[in-house]
Amino acid sequence: MSGLVARHVSFNSNLKAIIMKTIKVLIVTIMCILLVSSPEIMAQTEKKPVSKGKTSHSETTKPKTSSQTVASDLKGAKEGIWGEWMKPVGKLEFYTLPYPYDALEPAIDKMTVEIHYERHHRGYFDKMQKAVSGTDAAEKNLLEIFSNMDKFPDAVRNNSGGFFNHALYWDNLTPKKQEPSRQMIELIEKSFGNYDSFVKKFDEAAANRFGSGWAWLAVDIKSGELFITSTANQDNPLMSIAERRGIPLLALDVWEHAYYLKYQNKRTDYINSFWSVVNWPVVEARYNQFKSIMEKVK
Amino acid sequence: MKFEFPELPYAYDALEPHIDKQTMELHYTKHHKGYFDKFTAAIQGTELESKSLEEIFSNISKAPAAVRNNGGGYYNHSLFWKVLSPNGGGDPTGPIAEAINTQFNSFAEFQKKFDEAAANRFGSGWAWLCVKKDNSLSICSSPNQDNPLMDVHDCQGQPILGLDVWEHAYYLKYQNRRPEYISAFWKLVNWDQVNENYKNARR
Repeated sequence: MSGLVARHVSFNSNLKAIIMKTIKVLIVTIMCILLVSSPEIMAQTEKKPVSKGKTSHSETTKPKTSSQTVASDLKGAKEGIWGEWMKPVGKLEFYTLPYPYDALEPAIDKMTVEIHYERHHRGYFDKMQKAVSGTDAAEKNLLEIFSNMDKFPDAVRNNSGGFFNHALYWDNLTPKKQEPSRQMIELIEKSFGNYDSFVKKFDEAAANRFGSGWAWLAVDIKSGELFITSTANQDNPLMSIAERRGIPLLALDVWEHAYYLKYQNKRTDYINSFWSVVNWPVVEARYNQFKSIMEKVK
Repeated sequence: MKFEFPELPYAYDALEPHIDKQTMELHYTKHHKGYFDKFTAAIQGTELESKSLEEIFSNISKAPAAVRNNGGGYYNHSLFWKVLSPNGGGDPTGPIAEAINTQFNSFAEFQKKFDEAAANRFGSGWAWLCVKKDNSLSICSSPNQDNPLMDVHDCQGQPILGLDVWEHAYYLKYQNRRPEYISAFWKLVNWDQVNENYKNARR
């Protein structure tokens, strides 16, 4: 495990990599907005080589100042999977867990994290690669796939969702106790009245999702408001088939495999424990990425 | 109709080593009992109270989600416990053995198809062997606590054998290895009960 952490730390110390990654984040987020707001623009974007994820740092036409803004937005938070969105699915690598298996104890036990990451998450990644191998889907990025979800087979939907959702989930958990910032609290109050109502609503979404699925805090692409939703199985709010679409900010896995070894049938105990390991800076960084791009496209 | 919570026909540890004691106890006293309690609460004071489960399921598309989920959970688990036995397993016997051989060529081919239905059900759900209206057999799966008696499914019929593939049915012992749990299931199938169900399901 120390190897995983060490790789993560050395990544953070590599300035060039960070700059390249933030440029990708910028492009990705723009695409994200285009994609949710306008399928027509998305279709045009697809024709550009940039959507193939092959644009190098020197080739990009984005102004340096823009990427610096995004870089400052990301300060203090791990960029995680967001930077991966631009890669064609066939070229993606498996996600690296940013902490040891026992880091989330006692909220989430070591054995659960180990099996969840090494078996379930890894399984979705492998099956996703198998499902896209030799098909057009291998050349598309996750956003392109999610935004046209009904055009892909179930194996692509289930496993690309499983790969992506778990990456968001691990990223928005942390062993270090975090509190939401003033900005985050204000945003939450604006959409849900107060913090307790937000937690109550999120808990209900997580508890009432019957069977396997996920609870989400997401941001509405048009209004910029935060909302809570839940999805079945490995679906997520970016998918074209989602009941309510938006950019996911906080993900909670409520498949039984996420909690059964420790909590068994007591899903609500798991949900309560979840709040003690939420990585609020990551949630906020996801929101800021969304907001800074919204301001630029206005 | 008066609904009752069925007794488990064997001890919690009776299905060891294939299904462990802790799983059985939680599955029966927490999950199954939970579905039963929530089902009776969901129909209390409604016209559904006077109907049979079969009647409720045949119009489930018009019922609230709480009735569908918990009524299904109550019925499905009641069937599941009965088709398992510490003395079960082995090849099928009697009329169901003949019907399986006639329709699926062999027990092995039948098992393969059933295993696929159970393994490929993504998320939570059940695999079923059903008797269709024309008395032929059919293998299918349903999500969550749905079943082939419900009017919401392509797969329609009278279930005579069911396998729970929710993670709670196997996670403590098998974790992500659902196929191992499915293999273990065949060592427990109570073919006498399946024959009984088969007899009752035929018209």
